[in-house]
Amino acid sequence: MSRRLSYREAVREALREALQQDERVFLMGEDVGHYGGTYAVSKGLLDEFGSERVRDTPLSELGFTAAGIGAALGGMRPIVEVMTVNFSLLALDPIVNTAAMLRHMSGGQFSVPVVIRMATGAGRQVGAQHSNSFEGWYAHVPGLKVLAPATIEDARGMLAPALADPDPVLIFEHAQLYNSEGELPDGAPPVVDIRSAKVRRAGRDVSLITHGGSLPKALRAAEELAALGIAAEVVDLRVLRPLDDATIMASVRKCRRAVVVDEAWRSGSLAAEVMARIMEQAFYELDAPLARVCSEEVPIPYARHLEEAALPQVEKIVAAVRAMMGK
Amino acid sequence: MTSYQVPSPPSGPVPWSKELAHAVLHDLLRIRRMEERCAQLYGEQKIRGFLHLYIGEEAVATGALRALQSEDNVVAAYREHGHALLRGMPMQTIMAEMYGKQEGCSRGHGGSMHLFDAARRFYGGNAIVGGGLPLAVGLALADRMKKRPALTACFFGEGAMAEGVFHEAMNLAALWKLPVLFLCENNLYAMGTALARSEAQTDLCAKATCYGMPALTVDGMDVVAVHAAVQAAAAKVRAGGGPKFLELRTYRFRAHSMFDPELYRDKAEVEAWKTRGPIHTYTARLKDQGLLSEAEFQTLDGRAQAEVEMAVAYAEAGGWEPVSELLRDVYTPAGGGS
Repeated sequence: MSRRLSYREAVREALREALQQDERVFLMGEDVGHYGGTYAVSKGLLDEFGSERVRDTPLSELGFTAAGIGAALGGMRPIVEVMTVNFSLLALDPIVNTAAMLRHMSGGQFSVPVVIRMATGAGRQVGAQHSNSFEGWYAHVPGLKVLAPATIEDARGMLAPALADPDPVLIFEHAQLYNSEGELPDGAPPVVDIRSAKVRRAGRDVSLITHGGSLPKALRAAEELAALGIAAEVVDLRVLRPLDDATIMASVRKCRRAVVVDEAWRSGSLAAEVMARIMEQAFYELDAPLARVCSEEVPIPYARHLEEAALPQVEKIVAAVRAMMGK
Repeated sequence: MTSYQVPSPPSGPVPWSKELAHAVLHDLLRIRRMEERCAQLYGEQKIRGFLHLYIGEEAVATGALRALQSEDNVVAAYREHGHALLRGMPMQTIMAEMYGKQEGCSRGHGGSMHLFDAARRFYGGNAIVGGGLPLAVGLALADRMKKRPALTACFFGEGAMAEGVFHEAMNLAALWKLPVLFLCENNLYAMGTALARSEAQTDLCAKATCYGMPALTVDGMDVVAVHAAVQAAAAKVRAGGGPKFLELRTYRFRAHSMFDPELYRDKAEVEAWKTRGPIHTYTARLKDQGLLSEAEFQTLDGRAQAEVEMAVAYAEAGGWEPVSELLRDVYTPAGGGS
């Protein structure tokens, strides 16, 4: 038997389970408590676990993110919620200069078992300063692990291994996914790893390599391509650092063509990194130059038609594949 | 352009036993002799990169660390050799770290600004100005949640108080009434920028009291005053009184780092402060009180210098981390987490 739930509910269940199972775990962030979470993810958890463990913070992204890192050093297992990736730029210093570097620069004396969650992505007409996709920036940094759950299963399953990991783990939840729904089997929560990419749809003609909020778009594009007689394989990166090269290359070697779909801006993007790795590792097995569908190089505009034009869309993915295939 | 006068020399009796008085003097001398040797080794290119000497400011770490307990956490900044040493780290592992040797406390991966000792709860060694402040808040939060009866002592310079993170950390600590002891080492210059050139409000205690946090200014050149103030403040923090703030007024006798030509302050000002040097004024008081003879001073100083030479020999004899180990400790090996 299975049950249907939303991505939001899946994350909430994962949080509840973590809070129930380990007294060192606590959730901290802006409006996680009395407000119930900006995206209503933590709704109800304050009543269940109290204000010490579901801890509202002031609007101090730098201060409370670093305090979460300090609490992790002090033996707790904090889950820091930064409202969105846009505001995480205020906390970039402790995430990069402390959490990511402390183990190395202390000669291995300290691990930093903090989990930092945040919403990412565009598509809701909330304007330039609320629509960034900076997960690729974090994936640049050695010492961090970066996750992008795109399915209900991963939304439910990735938190537990992230908390069990001794190093800092960042989880990016695309804001467009919170309302998405899916099935989970009844009973024990899904066990997922935080190491591997996953093939979400098998194909043989072209690999669509993507993550997060672009996964549903890639899957819809694969549907449309199927109607044109093109069998697209969809690879969900899931883990943006470290990248699972083996799964990426296996798909590329099979399909011999690849399009990378990434909601971040094209220049210096994670898409560029994935393409470079394919060139390094599978160049002679390609039948066509690689392509990518990224956001246009512009702050994400407010007006609906302009925002849509700025972001990767199903039709752009289909067009990129058709151009590559000459169909 | 100092924003306060060179204080008059400390007076009044040193309220300590001869044994304690000598131990404190030895601590002061250990830092001083170690760092004088570091400066020399820097000239010989044995120590490279940045080297921020604490010379002149030793009374702060010496008085403060002696007032802490082993279960307390200590967070320092990048001028932290003295704090590391007096927290109990062996001088030889500090020296080996400055040499970049694998016997160093951080295996030579950290350097002068990144001294750490997990066993002694010494959390660095932070080269981002103000970076330690919210870390201290988090350590204190963890202690509170785990019901550990400990405080977190956080050392930082007055330059850090211009950072936004100072205010965020003060607010969080006060809001949550956490056991943090904020110890501002005010040496008057943020690198080369005098306090009055960088702060609209030069009354540093006012910045703490605006968060409802008790604050006190202390003569940071007087090890006796520092010890008494930190001990009193620590007792209140331990008793659950929430965070406290101390401004410890001190002065850096040497340049900011070894790259600093010191264009921003008068030699006369430096000389005036040197008359208030924390070691010789304390030594004079002890001698006046009959707690110290010149021969005893020489013995303590000789011990400190011998320890330094042993540390240098250890660092010299140390090995280089093999390049094959370059990527170690980026992530925790399987099963190696805390």
